[in-house]
Amino acid sequence: MTGEVPLWEVFIRPRNGLSHKHVGSLHATDEVMALQAARDVYTRRGEGNSIWVVPSAAITASDPDQAGENFEPGEKIYRHPTFYDIPEQVGHM
Amino acid sequence: MPLFDALLELADDHLVLGHRVSEWCGHAPMLEEDLAMPNMALDMIGTARSLYDYAGQVEGKGRGEDDLAYLRSEREYRNLLLVERPNGDFAHTMLRQLYFAAFMHPYWTAALTSEDETIQGIAGKAVKEMAYHIRHAGEWVIRLGDGTEESARRMADAAEALSIYVGELFEEGAAEDVPALPRRADLRATWEATIAEVFDEAGMTFEPSKYPQSGGRDGRHGEQLGHMLAEMQSVHRAHPGATW
Repeated sequence: MTGEVPLWEVFIRPRNGLSHKHVGSLHATDEVMALQAARDVYTRRGEGNSIWVVPSAAITASDPDQAGENFEPGEKIYRHPTFYDIPEQVGHM
Repeated sequence: MPLFDALLELADDHLVLGHRVSEWCGHAPMLEEDLAMPNMALDMIGTARSLYDYAGQVEGKGRGEDDLAYLRSEREYRNLLLVERPNGDFAHTMLRQLYFAAFMHPYWTAALTSEDETIQGIAGKAVKEMAYHIRHAGEWVIRLGDGTEESARRMADAAEALSIYVGELFEEGAAEDVPALPRRADLRATWEATIAEVFDEAGMTFEPSKYPQSGGRDGRHGEQLGHMLAEMQSVHRAHPGATW
């Protein structure tokens, strides 16, 4: 049956003020059923107070073959903001 | 003791339907539903436990939830005929759930203002659960009723098979003289409106049965309840008081 039923990605917001985080995926016939299934599968233990569901097909993913040029900048240490002196009064940033 | 008997009726409804829905565990048509149905089953079993516990206190003979659930025979069970019906197919199960939840939601809503604080407490938890059961079962009824030729046929079969058990929902039973509990007959209009809304979207029409069945409140059940209880009670009867 699941071969005919679309896949959805589920995002849960644990608390007000935090952002929705990806928690997993599920199968459902449409967005209403996807929300219900997400409630049943991913929020049984009080994990959150808001759910987003997104059709997996709507997500465009990066190509693993391009991981090199995308994610391996090499020795570009100047990209890290470690060359500033931060006044102590600022505290933890 | 009208309050004890009335609590037992309610508890039996929830335990029997909870057990029926739990029979789907591991057999649901998809994994998502395999979690949703035991969730719903446990909601109902949880409500049954609170009701048995309170009934035992009201009775005052030292009987607890296990005694009331596991040591009464078929004829002593006071549940509706609707809830003991075998699961049948998925359409059948979902329509039965919708019928029950569409009744219990307004029931618990009315019980929120009961003069009895324990009943208020049970209602406060159950009312949210029943709202969800209406939504979950209702969405499936819509999708199956308005789905393929095959799903529509199955939903129509379920509607026909279950219609004879609807009238019993609104019989007062032992609660006739219990002011702490809502009047069941008063809930019919709300139930009909909920069902009409879902059926309208499902492209179905609710047909009241010309030959309604009742008797559950008097302990007159269909043959299937005995089989269900035999299975449900077997462990407790073989090992009384066993814990793990």
